[in-house]
Amino acid sequence: MSALAGGPTTGAARTADLDGAAVPTIAAEDVSVVIGGQPILSHVSVTVAPGEVLALLGANGSGKSTLVRALLGVMPATSGTVRLFGAPLGPTVPWDRVGYVPQRLPAASGVPATALEVVTSGLLHGRRLRPPRGARARALAALESVSLADHAHRRVQEMSGGQQQRVLIARALVSDPDLLVLDEPTTGIDVPTQATFVDTVARLHDAGTSVVVILHEIGAFAPLIDRAVVLRHGRVVHDGPPPAARADHAGAHHVHEHAHPDPEPPPTGPTLNVEVP
Amino acid sequence: MSPVVEMLTSPLMQRALVAAVLVGACAPIVGTFLVQRRMALMGDGIGHVALTGVALGWLVGSWAGVVPNDALAVPGAVVAAVVGSLVMELVRERGRTSGDLALALMFYGGIAGGVLLIKVAGGTNANLISYLFGSIATVSASDVWLTVALAAVILGVGLGLRSALFAVSHDEEFARASGLPVRVLSMLVAVIAALTVTIAMRVVGLLLVSALMIVPVAVSQLYARSFARTMLGASVVGVSVSLVGLVITYWWDIPPGATIVVLAILVYGAAAALRPVLRHPAPVHDPHPEVVDDVLLADEPELARD
Ligand SMILES: Nc1ncnc2c1ncn2[C@@H]1O[C@H](COP(=O)(O)OP(=O)(O)OP(=O)(O)O)[C@@H](O)[C@H]1O
Ligand SMILES: [Mg+2]
Repeated sequence: MSALAGGPTTGAARTADLDGAAVPTIAAEDVSVVIGGQPILSHVSVTVAPGEVLALLGANGSGKSTLVRALLGVMPATSGTVRLFGAPLGPTVPWDRVGYVPQRLPAASGVPATALEVVTSGLLHGRRLRPPRGARARALAALESVSLADHAHRRVQEMSGGQQQRVLIARALVSDPDLLVLDEPTTGIDVPTQATFVDTVARLHDAGTSVVVILHEIGAFAPLIDRAVVLRHGRVVHDGPPPAARADHAGAHHVHEHAHPDPEPPPTGPTLNVEVP
Repeated sequence: MSPVVEMLTSPLMQRALVAAVLVGACAPIVGTFLVQRRMALMGDGIGHVALTGVALGWLVGSWAGVVPNDALAVPGAVVAAVVGSLVMELVRERGRTSGDLALALMFYGGIAGGVLLIKVAGGTNANLISYLFGSIATVSASDVWLTVALAAVILGVGLGLRSALFAVSHDEEFARASGLPVRVLSMLVAVIAALTVTIAMRVVGLLLVSALMIVPVAVSQLYARSFARTMLGASVVGVSVSLVGLVITYWWDIPPGATIVVLAILVYGAAAALRPVLRHPAPVHDPHPEVVDDVLLADEPELARD
């Protein structure tokens, strides 16, 4: 797809002309999160400009998911401030412009839900408690974009891990957001679907959507990424151009360690393991 | 007059039928959200706490000299159930480990408090029995109106906000990240659960309320694929067993609440046993989706990759 090739330059240009003038999509200042007396995040400041694609990198347990949760108000920050589209976290945020793909679906309850129902719930937000007109068609289109149109009426509980992950992606895409926050979106997803997904993100990026994406392997996202923030022990240790992958991790026999049970994607590109000076 | 016409024209039976249909429809709708939130036992907890409310209403009534002396029992149950359900929701929100213990304390505190207070109010444990096990024969016209009003609230919230309540119950983290008022919506679920318990109290009794909320959902989810159909199916099962149970007890002198619950459990047993036969036959096609492989097999041509 041509969007893929043109992505990085247009993205960088957009960031440049809007520098200073535009309200940042995300402005987080000095955010700290303490859970049960343990400092999970310490004094993290992150800004995401409109249209920018930011990769959030770091080892397991370095606090990436926690940072993203704090940015979206899922988990309250112990101190510091977060603004989304210029509005402090709370009811004034234009929530319809935010799309989020969490790291995994919560453990299933006994009540079945179809993929269509789960994706439709992505159309609800702070000021909209009932699905809008045409919700069904939009949800079906979103499922189509992750090649799950045939599975719209299947129970999500009975889907494979990767299919569930694609449902979560569709739920974030359905509202056509201006800020997309993705927590390891391609984990457990087969290579062709990863490529389709990266194409979709590239298209959104060209349309001006800001993206924050947590990755362990930059892989197919590489051409899209404008900037990278690296966390280590809950602190920012790098904020700038995407760092180079560590050479000794590029081999096929390197062992991936994941603290969570999600299935590993096949090794598609160089594993990113950053050396920070 | 034929016996059936006689049954349908008896004012007592008419009131009982209205109450049973409304309770049979409401309880499983609320139950669907509770099961989805993994709070299937919340109805039980609220039921126990409501007993203290009944006794408290009785106590206040006897102090104020209201006649009859149980006139405030139902309002007392409503207040105690709503307060209890909100406390349970707050406990859930805080965290799960201490939550278990807090819920247990409410269960036992609710029963013990009820038994103690009814004594103080000059009543006997026998007075509590009709609340514990239901007494649809004593449903008054004003009880029916209260049931209709509360059922309207339950159905209005449960069905009107169905999508938002689904979103919050299905994935709370995502709901927060969408700016949904998670806390308010969770409390709404708690409040309609409390209201359901109080209207079902007369029909099946506080100890069996939860069965009418949960068992129809258990039946329905054996067959339904979607959340909406689970809820609809559960409600149909709830209304059916309530009606059939009530009619049976019109002809035989057996307790209606227990009859309704036993019927529901029998329906569940039959539904579970017949599931392999009745549920859509296994698909003949390959359940694995047709997608390009991630790996290239040695004996396949390279073009399989693209
Ligand atoms: N709710 C919680 N309670 C206690 N500790 C938590 C909680 N959430 C996260 N932590 C801890 O905070 C640290 C950071 O977790 P986080 O999920 O943010 O890591 P991550 O960078 O996303 O890791 P991964 O790559 O495995 O997804 C971990 O040590 C984790 O144990
Ligand atoms: Mg994580």
